[in-house]
Amino acid sequence: MTTQSSTEYEKYYVPEKSKMAICATIGLFLSTYGAASIMNDMTFGDPGVETNSWTIFWVGLFFFSATLFAWFRIAIKENIAGLNSAQLKKSYVLGMFWFIFSEVMFFLAFFGALFYLRNLVGPWLAGEGEGGRMNHLLWEGFEYNWPMSLTPQEAVGGAANQPIANMGSFTSAEKSMAFGEAAAWYLWLPMWNTLVLLSSSVTVHIAHMGILDGNKRKFNLWLGISVVLGMLFVGLQILEYYEAYAHYGLTLNSGIYGSTFFMLTGFHGFHVVMGMTMLLIQWLRSVKGGHFTADDHFGFEASSWYWHFVDVVWVFLFLFVYIL
Amino acid sequence: MGDHHHGPAKGLSRWLFTTNHKDIGTMYLWFSFAMFILGGSFAMIIRAELFQPGMQLVDPAFFNQMTTLHGLVMVFGAIMPSFVGLANWMIPMMIGAPDMALPRMNNWSFWILPPAFLILASTLFMEGGAPAFGWTFYAPLSTTYAPPSVTYFIFSIHVLGLSSIMGSINIIATVMNMRAPGMTYMKMPMFVWTWLITAFLLVAVMPVLAGAVTMMLMDIHFGTSFFSAAGGGDPVLFQHIFWFFGHPEVYIIILPAFGVVSQIIPAFSRKPLFGYDSMVYATAAIAFLSFVVWAHHMYTVGMPVAGELFFMYATMLIAVPTGVKVFNWVSTMWRGAMTFETPMLFAIGFLVLFTIGGFTGLMLSIAPADFQYHDSYFVVAHFHYVMVAGAVFSMSAAVYYWLPKWCGRMYNETMGKTHFWISFIGFNIAFFPQHFVGLAGMPRRIPDYALQFADFNMLSSIGAFIYGASQILFLYNVVATIVAGKPTSEEKTWDGAEGLEWTVATPAPYHTFETPPQVK
Repeated sequence: MTTQSSTEYEKYYVPEKSKMAICATIGLFLSTYGAASIMNDMTFGDPGVETNSWTIFWVGLFFFSATLFAWFRIAIKENIAGLNSAQLKKSYVLGMFWFIFSEVMFFLAFFGALFYLRNLVGPWLAGEGEGGRMNHLLWEGFEYNWPMSLTPQEAVGGAANQPIANMGSFTSAEKSMAFGEAAAWYLWLPMWNTLVLLSSSVTVHIAHMGILDGNKRKFNLWLGISVVLGMLFVGLQILEYYEAYAHYGLTLNSGIYGSTFFMLTGFHGFHVVMGMTMLLIQWLRSVKGGHFTADDHFGFEASSWYWHFVDVVWVFLFLFVYIL
Repeated sequence: MGDHHHGPAKGLSRWLFTTNHKDIGTMYLWFSFAMFILGGSFAMIIRAELFQPGMQLVDPAFFNQMTTLHGLVMVFGAIMPSFVGLANWMIPMMIGAPDMALPRMNNWSFWILPPAFLILASTLFMEGGAPAFGWTFYAPLSTTYAPPSVTYFIFSIHVLGLSSIMGSINIIATVMNMRAPGMTYMKMPMFVWTWLITAFLLVAVMPVLAGAVTMMLMDIHFGTSFFSAAGGGDPVLFQHIFWFFGHPEVYIIILPAFGVVSQIIPAFSRKPLFGYDSMVYATAAIAFLSFVVWAHHMYTVGMPVAGELFFMYATMLIAVPTGVKVFNWVSTMWRGAMTFETPMLFAIGFLVLFTIGGFTGLMLSIAPADFQYHDSYFVVAHFHYVMVAGAVFSMSAAVYYWLPKWCGRMYNETMGKTHFWISFIGFNIAFFPQHFVGLAGMPRRIPDYALQFADFNMLSSIGAFIYGASQILFLYNVVATIVAGKPTSEEKTWDGAEGLEWTVATPAPYHTFETPPQVK
């Protein structure tokens, strides 16, 4: 039924046994266990008791990061040694593509929560529509607007007066992050953030064109600019969080507006840091290691896809969290 | 670098450091069986408590921990990893690939599972006990009222999700990129097709589950109010997000089982699979529909009527592609030269019992009727017909079907058939009566019940013990086969079996298809 043929396909490189997976497992196990313990110490623990949760977490995280560093190093060395056939390279491309797809779905969960809460739950809590009975039974006097200016808890006069249990007190923000005074538009941070991140996507693309032409100088320059723009974005975002906590009264406790605002922008910010680190490593590889040629630069390409993905998420964030 | 035409490494390092799809598949299979025994022993405690009305053996809080962990361990520890193990073993051999596309990541996907379950199982010994909010972990039970161990539960779910996502990416890359020349998509064995579609589902919904548990984590520790109405959130939001993951999840469990049955029924009917193309399209249709039916798990939460109607009709629509599949399996057997070895018995058992589970699912999909059935033992009966008689029966079938290829030894047929009949009878004694007590109003997840349910519950417990015991026989048969089974070197163990895996030597060499075969 079958005949052996090696004419069409090159040999697929199946790596020798590797310690990477088991080391990464140990690192992941320690860091997740440590992280869970830290949070439990914080919420349920006795403040007087010393625990070693932070130590476990840091040891685990260090071990995990070191393993990933070694792992990527091996993968890069294999590629430089010419072990990767065109077919294997396609596996990496597919892997990165579906990884980004899974990230998209992660953000979709948070955007879905935002839409559901804003368009259905808010009006229901205020007594509208088919879920409206909640208002008379539980949250008498709550009126809904977005960004939420008064949480249902505040509407009934605080946690002591509310008829159901929950986990703490939710106070609404004094001011929202939405666009404020038209006269001072240039002080609106999200707009600058958008400009910075969108231009960094363009500069990454210019760097990509550079490497496709084999122009390493152009590549290094524009990739470096992209990393700097990424850092600028993170800096502005830190400033924005500072403003939110210090001057807007907007915190994680600020009801559902604060929850969705910080979770969406927070996870986005975390992904920006990851993407920026990836781009920075590619830049160092290119400048210090002399890696990448016009037809072999997947490490950069994957990082740039990730960067564009982070950018697209921001566009939706800007639209649904800040503007609408 | 040179070729490595060598066998496995010696000792423990073979398993810890391996990049071989067969080794990794073996580890997945053994791990999932260990979890099956663990989750099964939780079930035995549940059934022992329910043997008679009144509080008998355990206190209610521990009973709740048992139902919760039974569900979690069976879904995430037993069924899902078992099919991933099967995928690891069979997909490269079925499509003529030398290994999985990303072999080191493959090893990592497996090895993060045992620590994740170690964390989950260790919650049993923590202050406040293990999670006791049901495997669906609805807020606010899992947030406001949860024991402190919930944090560990959340992180173990994160790690399990990571494992599933990496495993699925690997399967997608393997199937899309590593098929042998001539192995076009529409020539792939059904098992490969069902796994490809399952992997898409996993990559799409595991991140959503990660989002759900992250929101829980934030609500518990950092003061957000996603699931708390006092801050403008909604506990029902949790259910929407959970079931957006959860409904595709049940197809993630059952689609590979469909694939296994689609391999085995043609082999023992000595006929090609009837309606191969329609099988592929039906699988894709089921996967697509699984994204738009989630709220049928939550008809009673007070959704708008328009929502109830949409989810009811969308759910009923799934019966159409599923019906296509059942029709095709029956038509494959029609006028076939059938024999009834153990894999075929399990496959036919699957076909009959899964169809019953599918029909009770159709009953549950009717929104007005579901107000009666919701959270009753009828639901428990329904999903055990699908999960146990569906997924686990097909897994047993798969083990008997491919075991000779894996280890070059033949299992004991008499013992295999005995295993089937005891399982089949025990399973039906355990779960068929639960339809009746459920329709009569016995709620699920309660350690005590009204006296009129006593007889059926005792019957149910006896059946569960029989089914549980039959798994010991299964374990014995498999171990005996590996250690001392009758050696066989026939390439084709079953004369009706088709596919590339039956063209390689028996037992399958450590490396297969280092140069791809030409498929005509």
